[in-house]
Amino acid sequence: MANSQRYTREIPHRFRFEGQKFRDGYVTLANRYISPESGSKEFESINISKKGKILSYTIIRTPANDYKLLSPYAVAIIETSDGARLTAMVTDSKFEDIKIGADVELVFRKIKEEGHSGIINYGYKAVIIL
Amino acid sequence: MVGIVGYGSYLPRYRIKTSTIAEQWGDNADSIENGLMLTEKTVPGRDEDTVTISVAAAKNALARAGIDPKLIGAVYIGSESHPYAVKPSGTILIDALGIGPEVHVADFEFACKAGSEAMFVAYSHVKSGNMDYAMGIGADTSQGAPGDALEYSAAAGGSAFIFGKENVIADVIATYSYTSDTADFWRRDLQMYPRHGGRFTGEPAYFKHVLNAAQVTMEKANMKAQDFKYAIFHMPNGRFPLKAGKTLGFTDAQMKDGWIVNLMGNTYSGSSITGFSSVLDILKPGERVLLVSFGSGAGSDGFVFEATDQITKVQDKAPKLRDMLENNRIYLSYGQYVAYRKKILFND
Repeated sequence: MANSQRYTREIPHRFRFEGQKFRDGYVTLANRYISPESGSKEFESINISKKGKILSYTIIRTPANDYKLLSPYAVAIIETSDGARLTAMVTDSKFEDIKIGADVELVFRKIKEEGHSGIINYGYKAVIIL
Repeated sequence: MVGIVGYGSYLPRYRIKTSTIAEQWGDNADSIENGLMLTEKTVPGRDEDTVTISVAAAKNALARAGIDPKLIGAVYIGSESHPYAVKPSGTILIDALGIGPEVHVADFEFACKAGSEAMFVAYSHVKSGNMDYAMGIGADTSQGAPGDALEYSAAAGGSAFIFGKENVIADVIATYSYTSDTADFWRRDLQMYPRHGGRFTGEPAYFKHVLNAAQVTMEKANMKAQDFKYAIFHMPNGRFPLKAGKTLGFTDAQMKDGWIVNLMGNTYSGSSITGFSSVLDILKPGERVLLVSFGSGAGSDGFVFEATDQITKVQDKAPKLRDMLENNRIYLSYGQYVAYRKKILFND
């Protein structure tokens, strides 16, 4: 998220999980107009589930400057219960609870602040369900 | 009758103990814990602010109300820690929850009573017939200067209340506000920490406004202390609300369930209303609650609520306050706490 225009444009999927379900069954949160599975252009807009499981994860100890204060933190690839795959930071969770297959809930959090005077970027992060 | 159709709260998982702060400043932990009646307080995570806390609380309120978010005609967030000086918190919240764009939105500020103020206005909209549903929220990530007495109490959390006319879970029986210009606590523009008048925050500020508001609110409802199952007063520390309640004739049994400050701290705009939320979790049909907020500067809002038969149908539809207060806590050291609250300067 680089500027206020992009922040505003990405609100439907970052805030509200508005994604697409294609006729071939492919579900995506990232905006797509063509299914990578079949090339189908027929889709309906759906609200992606905020519950899912961790497919894979890593612990970031040398972060980019914007995320320095959050370090160390985990980033996970998550599959939602309706089959969409997404990448999210894991928050409010102990590293020992972050496992492949762990149940997560996606919550609304601050992702980063653009310096002291820029836009505050909000979006989703994952919390492990204990 | 107009009343609450959905309610919800959110508390961050992070905590700092009173003894951890006392150790940092060489204070006597036992004497602070006994004096303020505070054991620990909530601390916002590094990715949490008034907006994220409000969104989490409002999401729980919507889950309990079970209504289409688009039906909500107004959203007001009361806080003294809105993340932007200019740009509303409420607009971020409505877009996160699918409310609007046909919605009236404003951010309120009135020290610790901005939340009950938001509820007051939301309720008035529905009562006047302006709209079918309106939401009032109070949330804060409050500030306390290092070494100041406020550092022991300034906490984070919030609650949201949706008012409506159908499927009401708690009717509003009476409301009243008592306000005057009182310089007990303030924070100037661009200042990081508030200042306060020490003991002046007690009798001439907190007690004057809370007691007057409570008395007239009860008179308007034609009720006495014994007519209520629960009473909740703003909780700047543990001692003030208990003293106010006793002065008004309330017993410990009427106050203990809404008195969550010993584990939560003072969540400012989200203080008394979150105590109220914890009481709504256990309220039974026909039981009545007195809620009196207090905001420095200064004023108090009083409400009398009476639970309807609907209340037991919604209590389990979202997380309960006591669970958030007592489970999944992550304790911070003082060093972690000052870093989380950005009380130390970081390089760009």
